[in-house]
Amino acid sequence: MHPAASVIAFTVLSGMGFGLLAFLGLGLPAPEGWMAFFHWGLGYALAVGGLSASTLHLGNPQRALKAFSQWQTSWLSREAWAAVATLLVFAPMALSDIFGLGLPRLIGQLGAVLAVLTVFTTSMIYAQLKTVPRWNTPITQGLFFSFMLAGGSILSGNGKIALIGCALTAAALLAAFAIGDKAFGKAAQTIGTATGLNRIGAVKVFEQPHTSPNYLMREMIHIVARKHADKLRLIALGFSCVLPFLLLLLPASPALYAVTATIHVIGALTARWLFFAEAEHVVGLYYGQR
Amino acid sequence: MTALPTHTEKKLGLVIDLDTCVGCQACVTACKGWNDQGQGLSDQNPYGADPSGAFLNRVHTYQVQPEEGSAQIIAFPRSCLHCEDAPCVPVCPTGASYKRVEDGIVLVNEDACIGCGLCAWACPYGAREMDQAAGVMKKCTLCVDRIYNENLPEEDREPACVRTCPTSARHFGDFADPDSKVSKLVAERGGYDLMPDLKTKPTNKYLPPRKKDRPQEASLLAPLLDIKATGFAGWLDKVLGKI
Amino acid sequence: MNAPVLNTSPPVSDEIRKTTCYMCACRCGINVHLRSGKVSYIEGNRDHPVNKGVLCAKGASGIMQVTAPSRLQHPLKRVGPRGSGAFEEISWDEALALAVSWMKPLRETAPEKLAFFTGRDQSQSFTGWWAQAFGTPNYAAHGGFCSVNMAAGGIYTIGGSFWEFGQPDWERTKLFVMFGVAEDHDSNPIKIGLGKLKGRGARVIGVNPIRTGYNAVADDWYGITPGTDGLLILSLIHCLLQAGKVDLEYLARWTNASLLVNETEGPEKGLILKNAESQPFVIDRRTGAPAPWDGKGVQPDLGAVWQGHRTVFQHMAERYLSDDYAPEAVADRCGIPAARIRGLAAELADVAFNQAIEIKQPWTDFRGDHHDSMPGRPVSFHAMRGISAHSNGFQTARALHLLQIILGTVETPGGYRMKPPYPKPVEAHPTPHFVTAPGKALSGPHLGYVRGPEQLALKEDGSPARIDKAFTWENPFSAHGLMHMLIPNAHAGDPYRIDTLFLYMANMAWNSSMNTTKVMEMLTDKGPDGEYIIPRIIYSDAYASEMVAYADLILPDTTYLERHDCISLLDRPISEPDAAGDSIRWPVSEADRNVRPFQSVLLDLGARLGLPPMVNADGSPKFKDYADYIQNHIRRPGVGPLIGFRGTDGTKEGRGEANPNQLAAYIENGGFYQAHVPEEALFYKPWNMAYQNWAVATSFYESPQPYLFSIWSEPMRKFQLAAEGHGNIQPPDHLRDRLKQAMDPLPVWYPPFGDLEAKGWGYPVHALTQRPMDMYHSWGSQNAWLRQIRGQNFLYIPTKIWEAEGFNDGDYARVISPNGGITVPVAHMAALNENTVWTWNAIGKRKGAWALDEGAAEANQGFLLNHLISELLPEKGDGLRYSNSDPVTGQAAWFDLRVRIENVGPKAHASPDFEPIPRVVPQGSLRAEKDKA
Ligand SMILES: Nc1nc2c(c(=O)[nH]1)N[C@H]1C(S)=C(S)[C@@H](COP(=O)(O)OP(=O)(O)OC[C@H]3O[C@@H](n4cnc5c(=O)[nH]c(N)nc54)[C@H](O)[C@@H]3O)O[C@H]1N2
Ligand SMILES: Nc1nc2c(c(=O)[nH]1)N[C@H]1C(S)=C(S)[C@@H](COP(=O)(O)OP(=O)(O)OC[C@H]3O[C@@H](n4cnc5c(=O)[nH]c(N)nc54)[C@H](O)[C@@H]3O)O[C@H]1N2
Ligand code: SF4
Ligand code: SF4
Ligand code: SF4
Ligand code: SF4
Ligand code: SF4
Ligand SMILES: [Mo]
Repeated sequence: MHPAASVIAFTVLSGMGFGLLAFLGLGLPAPEGWMAFFHWGLGYALAVGGLSASTLHLGNPQRALKAFSQWQTSWLSREAWAAVATLLVFAPMALSDIFGLGLPRLIGQLGAVLAVLTVFTTSMIYAQLKTVPRWNTPITQGLFFSFMLAGGSILSGNGKIALIGCALTAAALLAAFAIGDKAFGKAAQTIGTATGLNRIGAVKVFEQPHTSPNYLMREMIHIVARKHADKLRLIALGFSCVLPFLLLLLPASPALYAVTATIHVIGALTARWLFFAEAEHVVGLYYGQR
Repeated sequence: MTALPTHTEKKLGLVIDLDTCVGCQACVTACKGWNDQGQGLSDQNPYGADPSGAFLNRVHTYQVQPEEGSAQIIAFPRSCLHCEDAPCVPVCPTGASYKRVEDGIVLVNEDACIGCGLCAWACPYGAREMDQAAGVMKKCTLCVDRIYNENLPEEDREPACVRTCPTSARHFGDFADPDSKVSKLVAERGGYDLMPDLKTKPTNKYLPPRKKDRPQEASLLAPLLDIKATGFAGWLDKVLGKI
Repeated sequence: MNAPVLNTSPPVSDEIRKTTCYMCACRCGINVHLRSGKVSYIEGNRDHPVNKGVLCAKGASGIMQVTAPSRLQHPLKRVGPRGSGAFEEISWDEALALAVSWMKPLRETAPEKLAFFTGRDQSQSFTGWWAQAFGTPNYAAHGGFCSVNMAAGGIYTIGGSFWEFGQPDWERTKLFVMFGVAEDHDSNPIKIGLGKLKGRGARVIGVNPIRTGYNAVADDWYGITPGTDGLLILSLIHCLLQAGKVDLEYLARWTNASLLVNETEGPEKGLILKNAESQPFVIDRRTGAPAPWDGKGVQPDLGAVWQGHRTVFQHMAERYLSDDYAPEAVADRCGIPAARIRGLAAELADVAFNQAIEIKQPWTDFRGDHHDSMPGRPVSFHAMRGISAHSNGFQTARALHLLQIILGTVETPGGYRMKPPYPKPVEAHPTPHFVTAPGKALSGPHLGYVRGPEQLALKEDGSPARIDKAFTWENPFSAHGLMHMLIPNAHAGDPYRIDTLFLYMANMAWNSSMNTTKVMEMLTDKGPDGEYIIPRIIYSDAYASEMVAYADLILPDTTYLERHDCISLLDRPISEPDAAGDSIRWPVSEADRNVRPFQSVLLDLGARLGLPPMVNADGSPKFKDYADYIQNHIRRPGVGPLIGFRGTDGTKEGRGEANPNQLAAYIENGGFYQAHVPEEALFYKPWNMAYQNWAVATSFYESPQPYLFSIWSEPMRKFQLAAEGHGNIQPPDHLRDRLKQAMDPLPVWYPPFGDLEAKGWGYPVHALTQRPMDMYHSWGSQNAWLRQIRGQNFLYIPTKIWEAEGFNDGDYARVISPNGGITVPVAHMAALNENTVWTWNAIGKRKGAWALDEGAAEANQGFLLNHLISELLPEKGDGLRYSNSDPVTGQAAWFDLRVRIENVGPKAHASPDFEPIPRVVPQGSLRAEKDKA
């Protein structure tokens, strides 16, 4: 799949944002005043920034409101609702923290549940796609959740949880690589089943339907980038999990968290880039390319 | 609206005969021509180094090597299959993507589409293309603006690609009716689904190429006689004796 | 959950205008939809006899052709050096005055110094008429490099040909065999026909080195080695004869198999034996005595020997029964196992003889014999350039017709059917006219069918009368001229120099020339005097093609929706076996540029030159424009360009006075007219009196012309006799052997000339081109839709060579022929003859042409094979270089090309990589024109 910057930014940033918001909602930590403003502000900035980045890849962003209409069937629509609901529910909690209003934590806890739900809906957008076997596994939800946990806990300064988050993310990434690499094969779709010509013999492409590239190929087929996959996997794993894990073992300090968070983000962006770039859509079969 | 209807009154779709399709690409440009005036199908950089545009129907060509015999070339047109369990529909956040209850045609309501592209991701068959100029998703409409169009003569109320196909490799009809031409063709010629395991239940069916090539067989043509022995005169006698 | 309200009956357009497509030469009927006066959509015309409603990929994208940014805008005059692109925009008056100032002195002194050649011309009867009026012998269209072998091989053998002049009986045939067909001129009819066969499960066989397109859907494929079809066919004939599976009745009645061949040594040897009245005769089986060939009740005896003279049948049988034609003897050369050849022969015999059909239709033949029904043998064939574009193509075409004849499948139900005005024997065609006189018209048409050496276009000193050396000893039956020799000969001044080259619709500086690089040099080459060797070039194109840069004066044409055209029975009509047909184009859309229809411009030029048929007695122009000509020109009394709606009241068919409302009637009728063949006349046309009488009534000829198919070709034998030293018109000595071989009166096979030189020199691989169904030569690339489908071509390499050279996707190959080398991208293909490589024709473009970006794939990765093909064969020790053409017809032997292949690894672009040609129109914009509207 084409690793579009807007979608990578959207999923990574909003994931971290909702993670941070969730921790804040749970009161872990529960800053006050300006500190609360900065924490909540960062959470909102990431979540909302991510969401708005996602509209960049829309053909008609001015109609984005319509995306709320199909919550009964569409994960994307559900995500829109979940995100808005989460942000709305968190709002009084945030205000309460900033201005010391003393509203019950329950609101924050509810928000945290919604935030998890939001990230879950995001993950479902990908995990539901049978057309992309690498995504079409529960690992996808695991990945999104673990990144939310790791990112959120690092940003919120929850060192212990962050260690768990990093470990979980590492496990999820490794599992995603291992399972993902086999997923396409397991889905058992080939150029032969795609065309049904397997009933005659071994199929390969003779001529492409167009010699000029098209939307489908640009969007669903991304071969070149995968060449460096192994290196990038190491970077993703190292930066998003291993290095942060090691850093988190050092004595905690805001500066350390800032460095850890930055490194984690780089890793997360890389991992998410790979998430797309390595994902093979079955439509590539028609083009003899995946 | 993105819920799929549980039942459609008709199941309109195409049968594509791979035994007959010569890969001429006529259906590709006929489709482009009809839909370009109807809904606009933009081209980017049409005279440039990298032209690219939206097409709702594309014809691939494959090379197939059977276990025995020579390799074959098979042209393979690909457009929306108007799946019964169309995965492109429920993913749509706006309801722009829908399947008609009347006839099962899967359409995009361009006025509602935000161009998120998710339906194209969900479609296994590459049947949806984003129009880069309009920013909305385009797909085969099964020529819904032709098949019921009262401004067209009755005989022209069929998809543009079917009407133009010079070899008649494309057939249009109602699969819900077991007596329709398309249902019969599928029954007679073993029409099949693409990637059936994905459970999309495509309406469109493909007819497989008939078995090709004969084995090297000894000739059934027996010489009249041994010319070496009897000579030309003997042959002539024998041949002309047959009149 | 409500679906949006959908208008399923949107208005389609304001108006439909019915005219004729010209995205290729197939001439399909189209419905052009207009919205607010602009073309909005093009679909096929269901009522049209050619396409019956369907359109091909090109036809359906015609809208992108008429809005293409490459359209020329106004007349241009060259101001800088030729090829520099320095042009100045001039008015039509200036342009025409300039042309007249060049042409008039030529006409008054030496009309042959104007050479007028037209390429994809659909008005040849008109352009030829113009050239005749001008008085130059140097006129032809592109047929000589296209498929004259097919056309002439057919005319000389059966009085008709494949091409678009005949077709299988699609409704009834049970077995259809195609030799060397990729797309053909009959694009849609063949596809419709194949669809019919497939629909009823009839069997289709493809004989072709390459298994794409029609050959890909064929039920069986014979991946023959190029240039060996003649051998394969004669071997099939061998098998059929051996088994006695020949239609003796058919041969005896309808072919010259029953005529006697003169065995007397001397100048008559091998000619058909004639009686005292100079008539051929047969031996009647009933009496054993000579009888008139066309006598009522006569039963010709195929086995007759009369005074030592034997029948053609015996000569034929004896030759092909020889072991030389046994499948085992030809298998290796053809690349087809002997068992497969025998299998194919058996299949043919089985369908022809065991599955014969019959139409219960009584009819009477030219002998006056009555027949109760029309028996048929439902085997049919079709062939095109795969057999004709070889230097043995004429004889191969003859061989294929012979195969059809012995199976009794020509003009019988289920077999091959001719389209009126065919059948038409050699005798019914004109002979070539070529004698010039200053200020005078030529006495007759340029092109024709030669019957003997005395009709060659030779001057009194024996030198060629025509610049292309058509109708000379080098290629006596060059019925379509030799356009591929025009520029090389004009450049070499051989046989003489010309002054003005007048070209129409032919991209001679690119894809339609052999040896493109050299041709571009020839066009810009100057003599010692500093003048161009070809002093003046006038060219009419509608688009910014490669050729435009090489002209001195450009006469920009309209596009096909903006002008009148006439697809006439005098030319290449739209007939079907069941009906004669012709059609028109008319301006369904108005030209928005300063361009004029070329035919009208020709009439204007003719009037300015004072050419008699184009001026009135007072010197005023006789025809206002081409439309006026189409309606009012009279060729022969009562006969004009169109057969429909003749007579002052428009009720006459075929013959009748000019009708001032004829075009309006055509437009009303959908742009075409059909004259239906009577039921009784639908088959056995060459011998069927009902057909013959109808053909006379419909103006194809002036009296009935029944004839016998020529298994034994007397015109050919006459040339052989000359080569043997008989007669007073003698060939040059160096051509005698070649003539003896090539002019064999019975079909023969000899290796293509390209093979002979290739063997010793190490060019083991055959290199071919094919027409893509979705592109027309050079002109499809300016079409924004089509160029997305096919903007680049690859050289397809068979598995054996792919593996031997270690090719991978993305690699390029160096392809070397005796004429040079090119470097091109490759792709693998398994369904391919193992010694053959190929590519799509004419995808490669010159940078800067066709209003495309210089970075266009067509101009960077796209390529032509033409650089590898020479118009001359290498010198073989006699100091002479023959043209790379069939020795009988002069047909360009494109497919004789032999190469060797080397892997040169990945590269970014193909070579040769020419400098961009300067633009005569701006580059196309980022959006297609119609989008902006
Ligand atoms: N390697 C290789 N080369 C080949 C062949 C092959 O098989 N292999 N085939 C050969 C054969 S058979 C042929 S027929 C030739 C064809 O070659 P050409 O006859 O050169 O055909 P086109 O490239 O179509 O070029 C025709 C020209 O007509 C112009 N034109 C198009 N429409 C109009 C119009 O309405 N009016 C005017 N005035 N001009 C117009 C186009 O712009 C173009 O410049 O190619 C030959 N070249
Ligand atoms: N779409 C489209 N249609 C066209 C044209 C076009 O450019 N585009 N051009 C028009 C013109 S000008 C012409 S002349 C016709 C040509 O019509 P075709 O003759 O059908 O065209 P070619 O593409 O030259 O195809 C020649 C075929 O012969 C095969 N072949 C080559 N050598 C041999 C051989 O030795 N034996 C056998 N058995 N096969 C062989 C090739 O593989 C190829 O399939 O098409 C006309 N129609
Ligand atoms: S128009 Fe018909 S024959 Fe041509 S590519 Fe399409 S389906 Fe195949
Ligand atoms: S083919 Fe694709 S776009 Fe069409 S209905 Fe099926 S899933 Fe949807
Ligand atoms: S691109 Fe349009 S139709 Fe497709 S899912 Fe998005 S909104 Fe729906
Ligand atoms: S049915 Fe209509 S929209 Fe669909 S592929 Fe055919 S022409 Fe295109
Ligand atoms: S075959 Fe195609 S391009 Fe040629 S005349 Fe017919 S529709 Fe036009
Ligand atoms: Mo041609």
